[in-house]
Amino acid sequence: MDFPILTTMMLVPLAGAILCLFVGNKGGGAVARNIALAATLATFALGIMLWANYEIGGAQWQFQESYDLFAGFSYAIGIDGISLMLIMLSVFLMPICILASWESIQKRVGEYMSAFLFMEVLMIGTFAAQDLFLFYIFFEAGLIPMYLIIGVWGGDNRIYASYKFFLYTLFGSVLMLIAMFWMVATAGTSDIPTLMQYDFAPEAQTWLWLAFFASFAVKVPMWPFHTWLPDAHVQAPTAGSVILAGVLLKLGGYGFIRFSLPMFPDASADFAWFVFILSMIAVIYTSLVALVQSDIKKLIAYSSVAHMAIVTVGLFAFNVQGLEGAMLIMLSHGLVSGALFLCVGVIYDRLHTREIDRYGGLSINMPYYAIFFMLFTMASIGLPGTSGFVGEFLSLAGIYQTSSLVALICTTGIILGAAYMLYLYRRVAFGGQTNEDAAAMPDIRPREWVMLAPIAAAVLWMGVYPESFLAPMRADIAVLDAQISASAPASDADLAAGAPREAAANAVEYEGEGDH
Amino acid sequence: MPDIASFFLVAPELQLTAAGLILLLVAAWGGDKAARGISVAAAAVFFVAGLQLIGPLHTGADGPDTLAFGGLLKVDSFALFAKALIYLAAIACLVVAPAFFNSAAAGEERGMRAEYPVLILFAALGMSIMVSANDFMTLYLGLELNSLASYVLASILRKDQRSAEAGLKYFVLGALASGILLYGMSLLYGFTGGTDFASVRAGLEGDLSLGQLFGLIFVMAGLAFKIAAVPFHMWTPDVYEGAPTPVTMFFSTAPKVAAVALTARVVFEVFGGQVAAWQQIVMFTALASIVFGALGAIGQNNLKRLLAYSSINNIGFILLGLAVANVAGASAMLVYLFIYVVMSLGSFTALLMLRGENGDLYETFGDISGLAVTRPVIAWTLLIQMFSLAGIPPLLGFYSKFVIFKATVEAGLVAFAAIAIAASVIGAFYYIKFVKVMFFDEPAGVVTGKSETAHWVLLIFTAAIISPLGYLLTPSLTDLADKAAAALFVAV
Repeated sequence: MDFPILTTMMLVPLAGAILCLFVGNKGGGAVARNIALAATLATFALGIMLWANYEIGGAQWQFQESYDLFAGFSYAIGIDGISLMLIMLSVFLMPICILASWESIQKRVGEYMSAFLFMEVLMIGTFAAQDLFLFYIFFEAGLIPMYLIIGVWGGDNRIYASYKFFLYTLFGSVLMLIAMFWMVATAGTSDIPTLMQYDFAPEAQTWLWLAFFASFAVKVPMWPFHTWLPDAHVQAPTAGSVILAGVLLKLGGYGFIRFSLPMFPDASADFAWFVFILSMIAVIYTSLVALVQSDIKKLIAYSSVAHMAIVTVGLFAFNVQGLEGAMLIMLSHGLVSGALFLCVGVIYDRLHTREIDRYGGLSINMPYYAIFFMLFTMASIGLPGTSGFVGEFLSLAGIYQTSSLVALICTTGIILGAAYMLYLYRRVAFGGQTNEDAAAMPDIRPREWVMLAPIAAAVLWMGVYPESFLAPMRADIAVLDAQISASAPASDADLAAGAPREAAANAVEYEGEGDH
Repeated sequence: MPDIASFFLVAPELQLTAAGLILLLVAAWGGDKAARGISVAAAAVFFVAGLQLIGPLHTGADGPDTLAFGGLLKVDSFALFAKALIYLAAIACLVVAPAFFNSAAAGEERGMRAEYPVLILFAALGMSIMVSANDFMTLYLGLELNSLASYVLASILRKDQRSAEAGLKYFVLGALASGILLYGMSLLYGFTGGTDFASVRAGLEGDLSLGQLFGLIFVMAGLAFKIAAVPFHMWTPDVYEGAPTPVTMFFSTAPKVAAVALTARVVFEVFGGQVAAWQQIVMFTALASIVFGALGAIGQNNLKRLLAYSSINNIGFILLGLAVANVAGASAMLVYLFIYVVMSLGSFTALLMLRGENGDLYETFGDISGLAVTRPVIAWTLLIQMFSLAGIPPLLGFYSKFVIFKATVEAGLVAFAAIAIAASVIGAFYYIKFVKVMFFDEPAGVVTGKSETAHWVLLIFTAAIISPLGYLLTPSLTDLADKAAAALFVAV
């Protein structure tokens, strides 16, 4: 039996979490901070090992482990390329979250770090679970640490936000549980790879799809189920927002790509336009809402809803470009929105306000900060060369094959995205230094360099050479596409292939004679 | 002439009877000074009686060999499972009691009374008879033995007005319920010509006559009173709030198990041929209990009262398993009962530890404000219990809901399950309020008193079972519950 790397990746943060809980506030919290950092870095190192040992083009499911520990479901984990990338995103962001909380969290540090480490265990578990019920347990258990993170260490209106977050997501998920029972009773197994191949009756698919949609639409979140998100983001501490935007929102997209599409392809096709319409409204509406926000975090929260709408559009385009694009946006958005929240956190730690008007002219006194913020702003807009571009381009190319109208409206959303992000950047970083206290803020410190530089590097890497990230997922997406393309919704694009030129476009016809 | 085998079958009950009578005499002569010794002895008797259940539980017991005294009692796996739970709960309630009664929390009447362990013994004996009853006469005998002991337990703090009020209310409403149950039993006797379960069942074959239907409904109503299911739940919050906390802990665990097990036996063994007649009643009661238990709890400020509503809510889920009306449902119900008992014991133990400087007990939301800062271990274990009661994974409370809903969906009651699980979200609201008060609010700083070792042990033990570690118990728990549930459906 091979080294159980996935289980180890969960046990390391789990051990750290339990340790932190008992260490508490010892040494003003320094002990807990160091334990948490060490645990997350170790997990990240394991993650790199995982990626390095992942065999591209090998078996669909790798690193599988299965033990019959429980009655009713089994402890079965394993990953494919899609899971691998999302796990990498989680373990990459986690040490950065710990660093982001290094100074801003001073009360109950042990419990805080412990909540984050538990969160990491659950995120890895969710992406790696190969048993339907095990997935549900990990998926749902994330509510507990997140509820505490928002409620204990959040802003002024944290209680309302934490209740809303908890009850909203819980209500979405319980119906999915009922659907899972029905699926397992019908198919006779709770093994996810088997269920992905199982053909459910078309009438049943409709109900199952709706039940899963209730859960994932809240998680993604899709308009009009997004209202918990701005509250939760604004009230959560910086690192909480990073995890929420970076990883938890991806659970919804992951759910669609892992469950809704392969298990209920017919229903997915039937509901594709339903998803498109919600997504189109989301892109336009939340972009406009973002435009008028005066709170930086709220603005980024709304922009997340808009970006995730492009993800859902890409997923339900039913073609390879759409699926790959959706996955890349998820990864890119995880990095970029996380980084944007970190940028907000940097200035929030100095001035303790999220009001855009209280800042201004930061590029004068914080030039390095302004560069990072600029990079992430551009990545959020989708500038070529950054990660945002690749995903959005692929996703829109995918949806264009299905419906040019949807592509048109979603692209408009991208323009609006540029509007609100540039407007935000101008007000925060450019212009005169109207506020004295903002003008007196020092530039980013080494700790903040260490937080932001790796994300910046990853954003550029993904923008310049996305192949590294696409390669592990390619085979899985091809399998999925082959499985669902039969039930794809009607397309309005003329997909007849033209005759390619024989020579390259810049070839000059050689007219002379003889050798050269 | 009962054969000797019958005596072997009821050996645990005989031991409880003998111990109860002897300890009663010890209490009469030794007075309250002997209370601690009597408690220890009673707990030991429960332990010994419980040990004897392990063997037959593992091998499984059903069929004619389990009938005792000519079919008056039926000591099958189902009865054994329930008895094991009852004895466990009884031991826990004996363990936590001295610290409560010997502190300022007991009010004017400080000091453990020698009657307390004796009454617990007799109550548990009544429950033992209830769960193995195979005849309406033994059923009633067990029920009343349990009830009479419980009425006294509720008002054991004689000088405390709330305790006296709780006892009186419990008595009046309990007597009413017994009356309704007796009326139903007499109707069934009149219209079927028997009191033993088998002959009543035989008499109910075919279309129900009006009298039989009335009998069935009165019996169901009487049982609903005893398990505190909506619409017969009104007494629960008052009794739970008024009774001394260790007694409340007892009420919310052992008698619940007994009454639920009794109800399951009656509906499957007596009304098993008439599922259509009672299934709707149970379905309605289950849904109503889930919804009203949750809604009622929202406005409460007293924690004991809140847990009373929570128990009504939980009964709703247990009845969900009953409404499924098959082996899987009954097995799920038993798994739920076990987990519910552990969660109740844990929550009430935590409440017993909320003590002030001089040992008095705090029991409102205001008092536990910010508990996570002042008493982190109690707060974290309560957090585990509350999230578990709300059914949030990865805690064991999720598993209890998991098995119930799994059975419901597998039986084809999908819409019913969907409504019930959506209603369970309402319940989550007040459980997370508990967490909010303990973790998010500013410390009130009144809970400063020291806690007893016995409380700590029980608290940590229950928390460990409820934690994800408890999932490792699920294979054996499911195995035992399956055997127990199957025994219900074996025709004798």
